[in-house]
Amino acid sequence: MKLMWFHLMPYTELPEDFNRKHPSVWVDIHSSLFDPRRAHHMYNDFMDELEYAAELGYDAVCVNEHHSNGYGLMPSPNLIASSLARRTTDTALCVMGNSLALYNPPTRVAEEFAMIDCISGGRLIAGFPVGSPMDTCYAYGQNPSLLRERYLEAHDLVKRAWTEKDTFAFNGRYNQQRYVNIWPRPIQNDPHPPIWIPGGGSVETWRWCAEMDYVYCYLSYYGYKAGLTTMQGFWNEMEKLGKDRNPYRAGFLQFVGVAESRQQALDLYTEPAEYFYGRCLHVDARYATPPGYTTEATQRAGIQSMVSKAANTASYSSKLSMKATNMKDIVDGGYVIVGSPDEVVEQIRHVAKSLNVGHLMLLLQYGNMSKDTTKYNTRLFAEKVMPKVKDLFGEWEDKWWPKPMAKGQRAAVPAFRPQTAAAE
Amino acid sequence: MSEPMTTTVDVNGHPCRVWTKGKGPKLGFLAGLGGLPRWLPFLDRLAESRTVVAPSLPGYPGATGHTELDTHLDWVLAVRQIVEKAGLAGADLVGASVGGAFAAEMAAIFPGHVGKLALIAPFGLFDDKEPAADPWAQRKDVLPGLLCADPANWTDLVAAPEGANSVEWPIEMTRASEAAARAFWPLGNTRLEKRLGLIAAPTLILWGDRDAILPPSYAGKFAQGINKRINKGLNGPTRVETVPNAGHLAYLDQPDAVARAVLAHFA
Repeated sequence: MKLMWFHLMPYTELPEDFNRKHPSVWVDIHSSLFDPRRAHHMYNDFMDELEYAAELGYDAVCVNEHHSNGYGLMPSPNLIASSLARRTTDTALCVMGNSLALYNPPTRVAEEFAMIDCISGGRLIAGFPVGSPMDTCYAYGQNPSLLRERYLEAHDLVKRAWTEKDTFAFNGRYNQQRYVNIWPRPIQNDPHPPIWIPGGGSVETWRWCAEMDYVYCYLSYYGYKAGLTTMQGFWNEMEKLGKDRNPYRAGFLQFVGVAESRQQALDLYTEPAEYFYGRCLHVDARYATPPGYTTEATQRAGIQSMVSKAANTASYSSKLSMKATNMKDIVDGGYVIVGSPDEVVEQIRHVAKSLNVGHLMLLLQYGNMSKDTTKYNTRLFAEKVMPKVKDLFGEWEDKWWPKPMAKGQRAAVPAFRPQTAAAE
Repeated sequence: MSEPMTTTVDVNGHPCRVWTKGKGPKLGFLAGLGGLPRWLPFLDRLAESRTVVAPSLPGYPGATGHTELDTHLDWVLAVRQIVEKAGLAGADLVGASVGGAFAAEMAAIFPGHVGKLALIAPFGLFDDKEPAADPWAQRKDVLPGLLCADPANWTDLVAAPEGANSVEWPIEMTRASEAAARAFWPLGNTRLEKRLGLIAAPTLILWGDRDAILPPSYAGKFAQGINKRINKGLNGPTRVETVPNAGHLAYLDQPDAVARAVLAHFA
């Protein structure tokens, strides 16, 4: 299986009383809470951590896009990915991803992704999320009623821009461009870089991923227990559509905290986990449901499942527990897997098998976790957990992984030596 | 309160419900946010002396087809088709909130289609110094109090009637909100300001004194815009009236007072 190292880049110094004094971590989070000089250090720590993960042999490093968000400091993940393209050599670069409808024209995404693919020698995974309501409709002012149509059309445009050999005119409903002809073009051109779709649990998205042969990623912050129903729904739908159960059709996000013992893990990771689930997920409900963002089919499914859930006390209480912000409930709920290396191995194998997920995206930094702790978590996982879970799904081929240039053909990137530069 | 007569008109291949009730000369009503999930006491008051024709615009209760409409021009032309097909061309027209913005467009762009005009807290403008509230970013418990002076008036408007489909009813209410968002996201500003001066119809502007969505001071901006009259020689006075103890959907809070003012203006 593939083990991928994901960074959200949270602002790590939200005040203790954040939830009491501020309505939301997202959209209208107050500018006075942001100290650019502290952010200088955060960004550099985070990029060190991503590079460290690449050095330790994780299959990919992952970045994503958020706007006006106190737990995601990457309005442009492409900036980080381009830096990683230079500071890593063999690791896949998973940009998870660019919210297509936010780019005008969307060929900007085709260009920037092609740049990253060229610079990295063909290591890009191209993620295309619709984007959250907070990012797209509120922070970026997109019309929720037009968002999905725009997204789908932008996807068509980007894909054509990557694959058509000649300059063409794009005559879309929302985008019209007389001359589409991107330079540079991606190295992965058979037919294009792998496309992965982070999405919620809608049947429409599953069907679309199956039809297009894309990887479906369920990026929930609530872990494998809560994700089980969604992933089962996904696999049931794949079966209906006559697709095989290749676990590499799917990606899943999981928080992990590993230490020498379970107690030590709790000691180390309680504060950052509670910071994340407490402060970082403190989102004002008024930004959750712009009308039109959720399709009517999904609304219908949601209302119907609520009706059936209401009769089921067990799932109702598990829905309430989704709001857990203390470590015991966070761990009991499976949001964060903690334990000794062997305990974590056992749980990761269980997650991978029960969800049938070949691309596991790991959050080993979360909340206000320090660089030292993050590196410790990252190293221990790489040394003691990774070797004992890598064998999973060996019988399946990952057809959705980047196909970079052969190592010998790739540019040799000289190490950065500031002291030499200063001396010259 | 007796039921109105229901007919349907076709717009871009989608059905739009038209409710008709009353006697006397025709009067059109384009409803505000939420549309018309049910017939209203306000419309009954108007129907005492006028034939009230209340078409649902695409996406509002009783109508679909909002997803066909991508631009403001698409919307304006859809409304024109509805006005014509509902037999309202040339009739007096009342528009409220989001419907008010379209009533103003009709009077500005198709002056022959509108007799006299009454606007109740219409959308269409945005003033940086007095920003309108965002009706699409509100918690469920806060929204009713923003739309009506008495929150119960909104809650009653959208409450599922007995026997309604428990799945489809809430979807229909969300669709109305989506239709409004589709035309007016994110600020409610359709640049109507540029066209107000084309309105020739004698116009009454009504505004609830407790409108928590669009500040009552916007009434003056509308009057000023219309009075600029791009073609000099256009006539018809523009008048502003404030409705006491009424919120954004003043016709829900004060049906009698709003109906009286409208009928007096159209008399």
